[in-house]
Amino acid sequence: MKHLLSTSELSREDAIHLLDLSDQMAEVNTREVKKLPTLRGKTVVNLFYEDSTRTKTSFELAAKRLSADLINFSAKGSSVSKGESLKDTALTLAAGGADAFVIRHSASGAAHTLANSGWINVAVVNAGDGTHEHPTQGLLDAMTMRRRIHGLGATAQRDLSGVSVLIVGDILHSRVARSNIHLLKLLGAKVTLVGPSTLMPHTELFEVDVNLDFDDALAANPDVVMMLRIQTERMSGNFFPSEREYVRNWGLTAERFARLKPKTLIMHPGPMIRGLEICSEAADSPQSTIVEQVANGISVRMAVLYSLISGERSLDV
Amino acid sequence: MSSFVLRGAVFADDSVADVLVADGRIVEIGNNLQGDEVIDCTGLRLLPGFVDLHTHLREPGFEASETVLTGSQSAALGGYTAVHAMANTNPVADNAAVVEMVRNLGARAGYVEVFPIGAVTKGLEGAQMAELGLMNQSQAQVKVFSDDGKCVSDALVMKRALEYVKSFDGVIAQHAQEPKLTDGSQMNDSELSAVLGLKGWPAVAEESIIARDVLLAEHTGARLHICHLSTAGSVEVIRWAKSRGINVTAEVTPHHLMLTEQLVSEYNPLYKVNPPLRKQSDVLALREALIDGTIDIIATDHAPHAAELKDCEFSAAAFGMVGLETAAAVAQNVLIESGRSNWQRFAEVMSHNPARIGRDENQGEAIAVGAVANLTLIDAEAVRTIAAQTASKSSNNPYQGLQLKGKVVHTIYRGQFTVRNSELQKVVSA
Ligand SMILES: [Zn+2]
Ligand SMILES: [Zn+2]
Repeated sequence: MKHLLSTSELSREDAIHLLDLSDQMAEVNTREVKKLPTLRGKTVVNLFYEDSTRTKTSFELAAKRLSADLINFSAKGSSVSKGESLKDTALTLAAGGADAFVIRHSASGAAHTLANSGWINVAVVNAGDGTHEHPTQGLLDAMTMRRRIHGLGATAQRDLSGVSVLIVGDILHSRVARSNIHLLKLLGAKVTLVGPSTLMPHTELFEVDVNLDFDDALAANPDVVMMLRIQTERMSGNFFPSEREYVRNWGLTAERFARLKPKTLIMHPGPMIRGLEICSEAADSPQSTIVEQVANGISVRMAVLYSLISGERSLDV
Repeated sequence: MSSFVLRGAVFADDSVADVLVADGRIVEIGNNLQGDEVIDCTGLRLLPGFVDLHTHLREPGFEASETVLTGSQSAALGGYTAVHAMANTNPVADNAAVVEMVRNLGARAGYVEVFPIGAVTKGLEGAQMAELGLMNQSQAQVKVFSDDGKCVSDALVMKRALEYVKSFDGVIAQHAQEPKLTDGSQMNDSELSAVLGLKGWPAVAEESIIARDVLLAEHTGARLHICHLSTAGSVEVIRWAKSRGINVTAEVTPHHLMLTEQLVSEYNPLYKVNPPLRKQSDVLALREALIDGTIDIIATDHAPHAAELKDCEFSAAAFGMVGLETAAAVAQNVLIESGRSNWQRFAEVMSHNPARIGRDENQGEAIAVGAVANLTLIDAEAVRTIAAQTASKSSNNPYQGLQLKGKVVHTIYRGQFTVRNSELQKVVSA
């Protein structure tokens, strides 16, 4: 694995390996000294063309805990606002000696282009590209499911065979959904997409089930309900008529939450809007993994950076 | 002026004869003709010089991508003796001064006849009609009008433009793209665009405009031409319109006859084009329509772009690909190599029909005594590997590295070799 651009490019073996490594990193993160010397002397460049404090901070912490040097580049206030191309920015930053680029960009495929255009010879991690993918989010979600479903200490080498997952909301614009779909299927889970038809992409190549009726999908007692963020500007695009109508049909309301079996996991990639896509009862419930997802994100990003640039396959801790 | 004989070339109807050219015209067709020079054309296919109804020459305004000279040279290498230069230059070709300038630049370059296309609306903005009559009455004698790059999306503007150009036998060439259905679109709307997270350009955005416009053409009785058909559904609409006797013609680009959306899978902007590459089923329908006559012509939509406009993330890249030097090979692939058609149809779609739609004088004529010698000779057996760049200033060539059968050997424009033995010649310009 030279880059992490998309979960669709992962082999099952790579995915399981990354998840096992993430669990080992999580163990490091519980120690008093949460730091490993493994990437000392390596440089990670955070190349963020979109505001994302959460993802950026997560990658920052991951790099620091592995003792890597970090360069933070954000489009705001940089040469980008003066019109510098992605190519020139990448060349400039790579010239300082970089081992990995972590890129967040509004253009789908930007990470692919950075990795494959021959501009630079550096490992590239896709931290979210347009409406395409967000592979570390997919990995952290899978990590979270594995740990909850199999139990801590019992995750090694395990996949998610037989686990049924609903992904609910704006699938069309969601890079989180795409990364989850590929990875969850790779790991043997059964994925069903739920949402308004206007926010449902063509799904033929995803080979997943689609159910536009949330209540009908919930009646099948899923193991995991993953709620996606709804951007309210979608209303002005006429994707749905009103917040009220959305909540009524596709919100995880208290009433719907009450119908779930007690062990059903509630997930959300954040930032969430309480009262729109998810109610507080669900978000704050013991089944909710929302806080764990954030913590697991750091472990997954440590595992990814380690795999791509340490030159080692396994972690010696 | 000296004379020359093209010895033993094969005509579109498979007959073999010599052609004597003198003073820029064909003066005799027969056997054992003699002239100042005799050029052995044994085995070469003799065709009327190709006419492109849809070329972006980029001058004025975008000379880093192409100029009238380099575009003309690229056209000559592709076997063309005439091109129609699209109006989306800077300044836009929406008035007599700009079209006359482009016409003059073409004459000065001297490689092909350059027919400027006039914009339908001022600044291509789709609102106020450009000076269509004055462009027609100018020395450029514009008869083809297009806002290409943009759609004339307002139905009333389209209706008025059709009515207006009808009075001087003009034609509106529509870039059929409903703007709201394609806002921000990057590639064909499909299962693949869903996986790639690229905003889709749905077939219905093309088909709905064509359906509207053929009805407007019927209503007004004016001539309508549809640029770059890209979907099977568009073919159906055109077929229906023609069956009703509506005065509509249609073009297809070489790339829509050969390439599919699969090429976009790696986000390579080389394959970003408007309308986008579609599915194999669309490609097959377009090929069929070219063979059966539903589609009248191949037009290149040659769209050169400077390197930096393609060496970037997909959504930042420009739409378009070059095509002048490979169009004939694609036509041969569709019509001849398929075993489905013949060289007469080839001559129709590459020369006779585009010249007829453009009302071009001395272009696309039958190869006959008295005609201006605009001729192309191709070696249909030669297989060549396509270079990214030759005469064009740009290298956004989707065929680069591919092997294509069929090579232009000689191009003769007004009795003068612009290309000889596949090499560009120095020309004496007007
Ligand atoms: Zn166009
Ligand atoms: Zn065009």
